[in-house]
Amino acid sequence: MRGESVFSLRRLGAIIAKEFVQMRRDRITFAMMVGIPLIQLCLFGYAINQDPRHLPTALVNADQGPLTRSIAASLQRSGYFDIVDGDLPERDAREALALGEAQFVITVPVDFERDIRRGRVPVLLVEADATDPGATSNAIAALPRIIDLALEREMARRSVESSAGPPRIDVRLHALYNPEAKTSFNIVPGLMGVILTMTMVMITALAMTRERERGTLEMLLSMPPRPLEVLAGKIIPYIFVAYVQIALILMAAKFLFAVPVIGSLPLLLFCAFFFVLANLGMGVTFSTLAKNQLQAVQMAFFFFLPSLLLSGFMFPFRGMPEWAQSIGNALPLTHFLRIVRGVMLKGNGMPEVIPDLWPICVFLVGSMSIAVIRYRQTLD
Amino acid sequence: MLSDGIAISVKGLGKRFDEKWVVDGVDLEVPAGSVFGFLGPNGSGKTTCIRMICGLLEPSSGSGRCLEFDILKQRERIKREVGYMTQRFALYEDLTVRENLLFVARAYEVDTPRLVADEVMEKFGLADRRNQLAGALSGGWKQRLSLAAAMLHEPRLLLLDEPTAGVDPKARRDFWSEIHELSRAGLTVLVTTHYMDEAERCSDLAYIANGKILTRGKPGFLTRESGLSTFRVHGEKLFELANRLRQFDGVEQVAAFGTELHVSGPDAALLTRALEANCGPGARYEPQETLLEDVFIHLMERARR
Repeated sequence: MRGESVFSLRRLGAIIAKEFVQMRRDRITFAMMVGIPLIQLCLFGYAINQDPRHLPTALVNADQGPLTRSIAASLQRSGYFDIVDGDLPERDAREALALGEAQFVITVPVDFERDIRRGRVPVLLVEADATDPGATSNAIAALPRIIDLALEREMARRSVESSAGPPRIDVRLHALYNPEAKTSFNIVPGLMGVILTMTMVMITALAMTRERERGTLEMLLSMPPRPLEVLAGKIIPYIFVAYVQIALILMAAKFLFAVPVIGSLPLLLFCAFFFVLANLGMGVTFSTLAKNQLQAVQMAFFFFLPSLLLSGFMFPFRGMPEWAQSIGNALPLTHFLRIVRGVMLKGNGMPEVIPDLWPICVFLVGSMSIAVIRYRQTLD
Repeated sequence: MLSDGIAISVKGLGKRFDEKWVVDGVDLEVPAGSVFGFLGPNGSGKTTCIRMICGLLEPSSGSGRCLEFDILKQRERIKREVGYMTQRFALYEDLTVRENLLFVARAYEVDTPRLVADEVMEKFGLADRRNQLAGALSGGWKQRLSLAAAMLHEPRLLLLDEPTAGVDPKARRDFWSEIHELSRAGLTVLVTTHYMDEAERCSDLAYIANGKILTRGKPGFLTRESGLSTFRVHGEKLFELANRLRQFDGVEQVAAFGTELHVSGPDAALLTRALEANCGPGARYEPQETLLEDVFIHLMERARR
């Protein structure tokens, strides 16, 4: 017999090998792991259009005249736009969009007001983060009318007579990241997070509870493997499964839905690792709380539903009331969605990803700690 | 090796779940090399006791050692030296016989898991069923597989929790032959059971009820020590006779065995008087040896009072 090692790779190997055999035997679960991604991809082919308001908007303002202020006020009054930054340096505008801090950047050109007085048609550039077309489409549709009204009112108030008919502005829209406003561009990357959440939490919650329900936990505890070895042995096979799912979804994204992958694929896979672990930790935590497999499934759903509804997958995140947004912000899926969409559609790199990666890591540490603490060496 | 020839020694062992003491102040000494029968009704605390001894449950009170290891502090060592067969089949039903044994071999870090698994299958007659799913085995074969798994790492102490529940008589007998063979080879065996014929096969016995040990000793000693006298009654209208006898002083147990009644009580004189008064011309009675079963029912009745 070996010495008293605190962590033994051989014992870990024993559990991993056992898990893979069981996984192979359990055809239905195995089919679920491959089937769920495919079915969901087909089901969620179409998006849900909502009418989110108060979208954060930044102004790159080269003309501080009264007309510009009036237009800004009208935008704010419309309810669609929240002016978060009234005077953003131009070079920061792109970054704000990439980080998701602003949904719109409106650039007012130099001599905007003077040009209008002279009967010229100045260009008002509106850049939109169109990753989620559902989040921006209504606001974009309302935009020309809002600006025209503001202009009309301002001109009437100052009773400026124009020689060349009514004043006009050329509102030029740049829908960034998803220029054709394809909802599948938004949905398909999002599905990666949703599918991983669903399968990882559910399957690990079941895998551990099954050991208890079938009485095999008692034997497992009576043998040398330590809790950490058992936990790691349970989790590692599912990390492998997760990457199979990710590969499936990425291939579907590319070949079925023609979603571009602008950013770095390795970065995406790197971030996915933490997200997968966070969900596995959650699953194990549930399994230590659940008394039987039915309870485990119920708990998994209890976690899955808010993840689905409040993460910004189903409904645009900005369309939700604040309390719902704060719940959403506590869920790893919310942050992972931003990462996936950011990397795939915006080409975000490490610096832009960090703000959403650390909340996932916090969640990961939390869920794993609870899992390890709750998984006891004894049956008490 | 054990210096004092005692394999398990616990003192004041207790376990409380919520406010209820399931095991309450158990003192137990299991001699090395014995086949120690641990008897008691359902829910008497047998399983909880075993789980505390092998480190699966933390005792609420008491102390002790299992082999040369402290049951409170050296659980990891105990796990390596003890083979534990749970009451319920606890191997993986969705793994084959071979895969299960291979898993156990690797979990114990034996040097050549495949070889050891093959050897154990050969030894326990499982080789023909190596590729069958454990879930598809009959009760008797599941029990053999469990025993093989518990013996695979060559433990010095074997803990068997109701190993023969749900197993047919032939398989039960084979199982007990196996146990005695292992015991002859120097293994200490602690086994719990309900079956009195199995109790008679043990070298030492302890009887537990409501979490307390009521008595212990060699089988023959227990029947003598109980002081019970037993009579066998046969004849007609035994059912009515049994009901009448139960009313009498000195009659503690009246049990039907086929076409006979077994009547026993602690006071032989009182018992004879009761039989004389009730057995008419249609019924005869004669003394017979007191069975362990009579002793244990007697103990249970006394514990209840």
